[in-house]
Amino acid sequence: MPSVKIPKKSTFTDMTPFVDIAFLILSFFIMATKFKPPETVEIKTPGSVLTQKLPESNAIMISFDSLNRVFFTVLSPKDQSKYATIIDQVDQIRTLGLSPQEKAAFKKVYMTGVPFGQLKQFLAMTPEAQGKLKLPGIPVMDSADNQMVTWVQAAKAAFQGEKLQILIKGDNEAKYPAFQAVIAALKKNDELKYNLVTQLDGVPTGSELDFKQRAERAAK
Amino acid sequence: MASIDESGGGGGHKQGPGVKKAKKLSTRVDMTPMVDLGFLLITFFIFTATMSSPTALDLNMPKDVDKPDDETPVKQSGVLSIILGKGNQVYYYEGQLEVSEGKNNFKTSTYKDIRKVILDKKKDVMGRHVHNDELCKDDRDAAKKKGIADWQEACKDLDFTVILKPNDEATYKNTVDMLDEMTINQVKRYAMVKVLEDENKLVKATEAANGIK
Repeated sequence: MPSVKIPKKSTFTDMTPFVDIAFLILSFFIMATKFKPPETVEIKTPGSVLTQKLPESNAIMISFDSLNRVFFTVLSPKDQSKYATIIDQVDQIRTLGLSPQEKAAFKKVYMTGVPFGQLKQFLAMTPEAQGKLKLPGIPVMDSADNQMVTWVQAAKAAFQGEKLQILIKGDNEAKYPAFQAVIAALKKNDELKYNLVTQLDGVPTGSELDFKQRAERAAK
Repeated sequence: MASIDESGGGGGHKQGPGVKKAKKLSTRVDMTPMVDLGFLLITFFIFTATMSSPTALDLNMPKDVDKPDDETPVKQSGVLSIILGKGNQVYYYEGQLEVSEGKNNFKTSTYKDIRKVILDKKKDVMGRHVHNDELCKDDRDAAKKKGIADWQEACKDLDFTVILKPNDEATYKNTVDMLDEMTINQVKRYAMVKVLEDENKLVKATEAANGIK
């Protein structure tokens, strides 16, 4: 019997489709990626079962980290003039005597976390120096001089006539008094509705919320 | 991996001495390094991508009132007070706090077990509900409109109120977990109140007795 000849196949594979797919996925991830703003402090938020999305503009965010330091952030990426209004207001209320350059620098600060006494000095620094500085946080614990009250007041004035949402972002390990002091500052400004920033948790099966959600889904 | 040019050897037209055949270059490009690079970038973007976007939990606080008349009254029998202490411990009592000889309704629990406590109390309150049509009318009508099957039950938990009292040692996570628990168990009325001095003393004593640091 004549032996069957097996044709020698080339080991060279055509990589072109492979490259196509790789770059397709790559472009997806490039578009899907949203870089986090540089966070001065790391905050690990607790979980909740709610699926409501966070607002990205027309909002202020008050954050506190595990060492109970409180920070203030303005979220207004579209309307940059809000930053100027807020710092102007703060300057007026507290008579800090900030120069125009220092006021302009406020826009670049993502999280403000210094007492008013140090604000002028802080804004005069370069962003690099600001990053290296260990921020003391905004003093809130003293109920007679809760400085967050002024910040919220300034923000309210800047967003007058518009919807202003208040986000509270706290670290898991932060103690309750910090949270209470923040709420006290907001209450003083007649702000009673807040959004707490959380990570999404699953709804526990068999709980009342689970039943309710299932009933709602069935009704649809 | 690059393909080897097979040249030379027989065939073809005759060549004179000193005349070299022009090499035919392959149009095939080796794609391997490109694939390598592509996947390297994919891995980078996967790692940097923030897929779990944060969500928001609503919190509405009541306005501070000066006059006691403006405060919202709640039925004592329908109240569950939960005190959040340090070391992830929870303390609770139903109605009025009573700690004396033979009578003690101050109990200790954990964040895992508190759900059962809340649900039991809720069922208890709903079972004792006296149907007051005047008060319930709005709630029932709203439930009926929404098309909820058991709309008649809608306001049975009217008297059920949970009072959350985080003390100074409780963490923010504890507080949010409890607020979340209110959503999970569908508690409609709850309030966040400052812990009382007497309660705090009791918590401190219990913590010392249980050795919680």
